[in-house]
Amino acid sequence: MSTLTSHRRSPAAQPPTLRAKRLPKWMPPAIALGALLVAAAIVYGTGLGGPVLVVVVGGLLYLGGLYAAANAVEGQRAARNRTWSALIHSAFVLAVLPLASVVWTLLSRGAERLDADFFGTSMNNIGARDPNGGAYHAIVGTLEQVGIATLITVPIGILCAIYIVEYGRGRFAFAIRFFVDVMTGIPSIVSGLFVLAFWVLIVSPYFSSTGRPGFSGFAAALALSVLMLPTVVRSTEEMLRLVPAPLREGAYALGVPKWKTILRVVLPTALPGIVTGVMLAIARAAGETAPVLLVAGGGAAINLNPFENNQSSLALFVYQQAGDASRYAPARAWTAALTLVALVLVLTIAAKLLARRNRLGR
Amino acid sequence: MGETPQRSADAGTGGTRVTHGHEWPAGASARVAEAPVSTRTPGGAGLGGGGALPTARRFGAERAFRGLTLAAGTFVLAVIAAIAIFLIAKAVPALRANTANFWTFEGWSPNDTEPKFGIGALAFGTVLSSALALLIAVPVALGIALYLSHYAPRRLGTGLGFLIDLLAAVPSVVFGLWGRDYFSGPVTDLSIWLNTYFGWIPLFGGNGPYGASILLGALVLAIMVLPIITSLSREVFLQTPTANQEAALALGATRWEMLRTAVLPYGRPGIIAAVMLGLGRALGETIALALTLGITFDISFNLIENGGNTIAANIANAFGEANETGRGALIASGLVLFAITLIVNITARAIIHRRREFTESAA
Repeated sequence: MSTLTSHRRSPAAQPPTLRAKRLPKWMPPAIALGALLVAAAIVYGTGLGGPVLVVVVGGLLYLGGLYAAANAVEGQRAARNRTWSALIHSAFVLAVLPLASVVWTLLSRGAERLDADFFGTSMNNIGARDPNGGAYHAIVGTLEQVGIATLITVPIGILCAIYIVEYGRGRFAFAIRFFVDVMTGIPSIVSGLFVLAFWVLIVSPYFSSTGRPGFSGFAAALALSVLMLPTVVRSTEEMLRLVPAPLREGAYALGVPKWKTILRVVLPTALPGIVTGVMLAIARAAGETAPVLLVAGGGAAINLNPFENNQSSLALFVYQQAGDASRYAPARAWTAALTLVALVLVLTIAAKLLARRNRLGR
Repeated sequence: MGETPQRSADAGTGGTRVTHGHEWPAGASARVAEAPVSTRTPGGAGLGGGGALPTARRFGAERAFRGLTLAAGTFVLAVIAAIAIFLIAKAVPALRANTANFWTFEGWSPNDTEPKFGIGALAFGTVLSSALALLIAVPVALGIALYLSHYAPRRLGTGLGFLIDLLAAVPSVVFGLWGRDYFSGPVTDLSIWLNTYFGWIPLFGGNGPYGASILLGALVLAIMVLPIITSLSREVFLQTPTANQEAALALGATRWEMLRTAVLPYGRPGIIAAVMLGLGRALGETIALALTLGITFDISFNLIENGGNTIAANIANAFGEANETGRGALIASGLVLFAITLIVNITARAIIHRRREFTESAA
C-alpha cells in the first residue's frame, strides 16, 4: 500500500527524467565524518568515555543521519534500504574484529614454544619452574583416541545410514532418523558422563588387573564416538540419497542383489562425500575437551596403551596448562592450542576440498 | 528431501520384472530385492530361464546384510536409551543422599559427610548465559550471512564463507583460552563503564570486582556460536531460488525489500534450525565457560560482577575432587542438562518439521 502511494506522490517532486533522485556519492562519507565529529564532541565534552565509545556513538549517529538524509532526498523505502545495508555491513565488521583477534593471538602466542622440544617431550617430571616440557603425550593421546573412535563410528554410522536410506520403512526408520537428529544435540559433557557411568565405573573394573575402575584412552574414544556417530550418519545419509537412481536401477536390471548393489555401486559412488563427512566428524571430535577430561583423566607421562591408565589429549592439555600456576604454562597452552587448531583445520580443509571435487555435488 | 529418486528407483526395478509386474505396487521397495527370491522358491522349475538364476536361500547374504544394517540402526536407539538409563542409575543414589533440596538449594558441596547440592543456580546460569549469547550472536550472524550471500562480491563472499566454515571448526577450548587471557581486559573496562553510568539498572549493579562474569562468558559463547549460525544460515540464504529474488527486484523492490520478502521467509526454517543448533552448542558448552566464568553458586541477574556458573562448567571444575557421591551429583546435574538439551532439540525438530510442509525449503 505504502509503496503505491509514495510512488504516486513522488513524480511531482521529480525532475522529468526517469531516474529517481539519489543521494550524491559524497554524502554517506560526509555523514559518517560528521557523525564521528559530533560523537567525539559529545563523548569528550561530557567525559563519558574513550575512543571506543566515540566509534559506537558515531555509528549510531551515522545510521540516524543516513536515514534522515536518504529519507529527505530518496524517500522512505530507499532510506530503509540504505540503513539496513549499513547495519549488515557493520555486523560483518563487528564480528570480524573478535574473530581476527582470536586468530592473531593464536598465531602470535602459539609461535612462542613452537620448537622440537615441544613435540618431542612429555610433561613428565616438569615442575613449575621448568620452562621446557611438551605435548608429545597429548598428541599421541589425541591420535589414538580419535583413531579408535573413528574405527568404532565409521562402520556403525555407515550401516545405520544404509538402513535408513535403503531398507528402513515406516515408524522404526523414522524413529532412528529422529533420534539421530536428537543425538546431534547431545552436549559433549553428557556423553563424557555417560561413558563415565557406563564404562569407567561399571565395566572397566572387570577388565583392569586391580579390579578397580580406571580411566583409559579407550573410554575417551567411546565418548568421542557417541559424539561422532550422528554426524557420520547424517552426512552419509545425505550422500546416499544423492546417488542417482539410474545407477541402482541398472544394477537391479542386471540381476545384482540389493546388498551387492549397495556395496559395489551405491557406496563407491557416494564415497567421497562420506569421507568428507567422516573427516569433519573427526575434526570436531579432536577438539573436544570435556569427555576426555572426565574419562581419560589426563596424565603427564607418555602412555601409548589406550586401554589402561590415564591418557591426555591436546585439547585437555590446553585446558590443564591454562589452569596451571606455572608462568611457563600459558606459552605451552597456546602452542598446544595452535597445534590443535592446525590439526583440526588441516582435516577440515582437506574435507572441504574433497567435497568440492565430489562428483555428486550438492 | 531425497525421497523422489528413491521412489523412482523402486518403480524402475518393479517394471523390469515383466511377468510379475502387477503383483507388487511400485512403491513397495523394501521387497524389491527379495521379490525375485520369493517368486522362484516354489518348485524352481517355473517359467523359462529360471534355472539360470541363482537359487534362493532363506539365510543368504541379502538377509544377513539387511540384518546388519538393522542392527546398526537399532544400536543408535540403544545408545540414546543407555545414556538415559546409566545416567539415572548413577544419579539416583547421590540424589537419595542429598540432604538439601536438589531443585532449590543454592550451593554445591556433595563431598561432605552431609551432602548438600542444588541444581537451581547452575541451571539458571546455563540458561541465562546461553540466552544472552544467542541474543548477541543471532542478529550479528544473520547480518554476516546476508552480507556474505547478497552484499559481498561473489568471490569475496565465497572466500570469507570458507573462512567462517573453518572458524566454526575451531575447538571451544581455544575460545576459552582467548577469552580468559585477552578478552577479559576489554570486558572488565566495559563492565566498569556500564556500572558507572548504568549502575542503577540491577543488571549492571554491584560493586565489583568485574571481569570473570556472565557477560564475559556470554560474549565468548556468542563469538563461538557466531561462525556456526553464520555458516548454516548463509548456506540457506544461498539456496533461495534466483527466480524469487529476480521477481522481487523486477517488481521494483529495493535490495532490502528483496531480502525481506524473498530471502528471509524462504530461509526461515533453516534460520530456526541454525539458531537451535547454536543454542544446543551454547547450552552444552563446557570448557570455554569453565575458563571464563568466576564460579559462584547463587541466582543473580547481575551480569557484570565476577560470578556465574553453568551445569557443564561446574562438572568440569568440580570433577577433579569429587568422591562417590560427588560424581553421582555431577551425573545428576548432567542428566538435567541432557533433559534441557533434549527439550530444545525436540522442539526445534518439531518446528522445522511443521514449517517445512508450508515452505518446502531445505532446512
